[in-house]
Amino acid sequence: MKFIDEYRDGEKARPILEEIHRLAKEPLRLMEVCGTHTVSIARYGLRQALPETIELISGPGCPVCVTSNRDLDKAISLARVPGAAVATFGDMMRVPASESTLALERANGRDVRVVYSPLDGLKMAEQVPQMKIIFLGVGFETTAPAVAATALEARNRGLKNFFIFSAHKTVPKALKALLDLGGTKLDGFILPGHVSAIIGSHPYEFLAAEYGLAGVISGFEPLDILQSVLMLVRQRKSGRPRVEIQYKRGVKPVGNPRALEVMGQAFEPADAEWRGLGRIAGTGLAFREELAELDASRAFELKVPATKETKGCRCGEVLCGLIRPEGCALFAKACTPDNPVGPCMVSFEGSCAAAYKYGS
Amino acid sequence: MCVAIPARVKSIKGLIAEVEIGGVSRPVSVQLTPEVQKGGYVLVHAGFAIQIIDEQEARETLKFFEELVAPQEG
Repeated sequence: MKFIDEYRDGEKARPILEEIHRLAKEPLRLMEVCGTHTVSIARYGLRQALPETIELISGPGCPVCVTSNRDLDKAISLARVPGAAVATFGDMMRVPASESTLALERANGRDVRVVYSPLDGLKMAEQVPQMKIIFLGVGFETTAPAVAATALEARNRGLKNFFIFSAHKTVPKALKALLDLGGTKLDGFILPGHVSAIIGSHPYEFLAAEYGLAGVISGFEPLDILQSVLMLVRQRKSGRPRVEIQYKRGVKPVGNPRALEVMGQAFEPADAEWRGLGRIAGTGLAFREELAELDASRAFELKVPATKETKGCRCGEVLCGLIRPEGCALFAKACTPDNPVGPCMVSFEGSCAAAYKYGS
Repeated sequence: MCVAIPARVKSIKGLIAEVEIGGVSRPVSVQLTPEVQKGGYVLVHAGFAIQIIDEQEARETLKFFEELVAPQEG
């Protein structure tokens, strides 16, 4: 496929790797904060190909994984609303909430449907007007504009039976929170390409200005990631940390202004609860007052029991880069992709699932 | 989850474009990328084109790889 295959050419990886090996004499700890990067790094064996001085650490880059048990419990409660169907991205189905999963709810007769796009949920609502359709909005800035556009469209069409539960989160302030926790020593970030396709490069400038950290917004193919690592190595060598864009074919410094505008019309910043990081001010997206009618968290009175955390699961520490998946006693023993205990093993993009499938 | 797939725009009608992804055609909303043009490429995520692919920049990145293979003398 064009714009994919040419960035996977193994022959071209060699000179980039040679250059990285030549330059990377000092230890460098880099964190990737996108699940798609995590999978690419594991799948193409990039960790093994890089010099020992470079350590790649996975951060809180998988939206499903960082969704708190409290929000997952709300999703379960929504699936139990009489006369309602929940429409969700497939990744959410098997994620364990305190006492259930959406897949279990479906097995027990609730109406839970996997959709590819929020527009599919909207279409369902139009086709079955007697039913309440509740879309679960999960995802970072990559996904939030699509959900915002769908919400505005539902309002314009006057749909009364379409609702959205927003568990959306935004990335830059979460990176700041992660750094302020202080547990993870880092030299730089491999920044998320598709989040940045929307928000651009400016929101990350604090990384260099306030923390002296390097940052490169990276594409997702193996050559993209290697080039990004090389750019980070060169930045550190030059002693001038800054935010650069490697993924220039998809990311402009200003992002996608139209998408940001649509997002701003539907949502306003709110606090959000992150697995591992806790509550972070301004990293959630709540529906504006004008869209209150379709906001599932306001439209339904949810009975959510006290949240339970799974004993022994160390997903929170994995998401903060404090331990590698193998550092969790449950990894590959009690917790496997067939029988996942925590979300990092459920989601295809979770660090634990990637480490299990491809090795570390 | 933040996967977005490069797709070629075959036709545009209002806010919906027909795009081709790996030989398969499907409709996507282009309301987030109003400057989209027929024959161009977009990044598709969750049924929406979220950004237009800059083909000039795509070539520049490939050129960077080529130049590392054959570094300039001097």
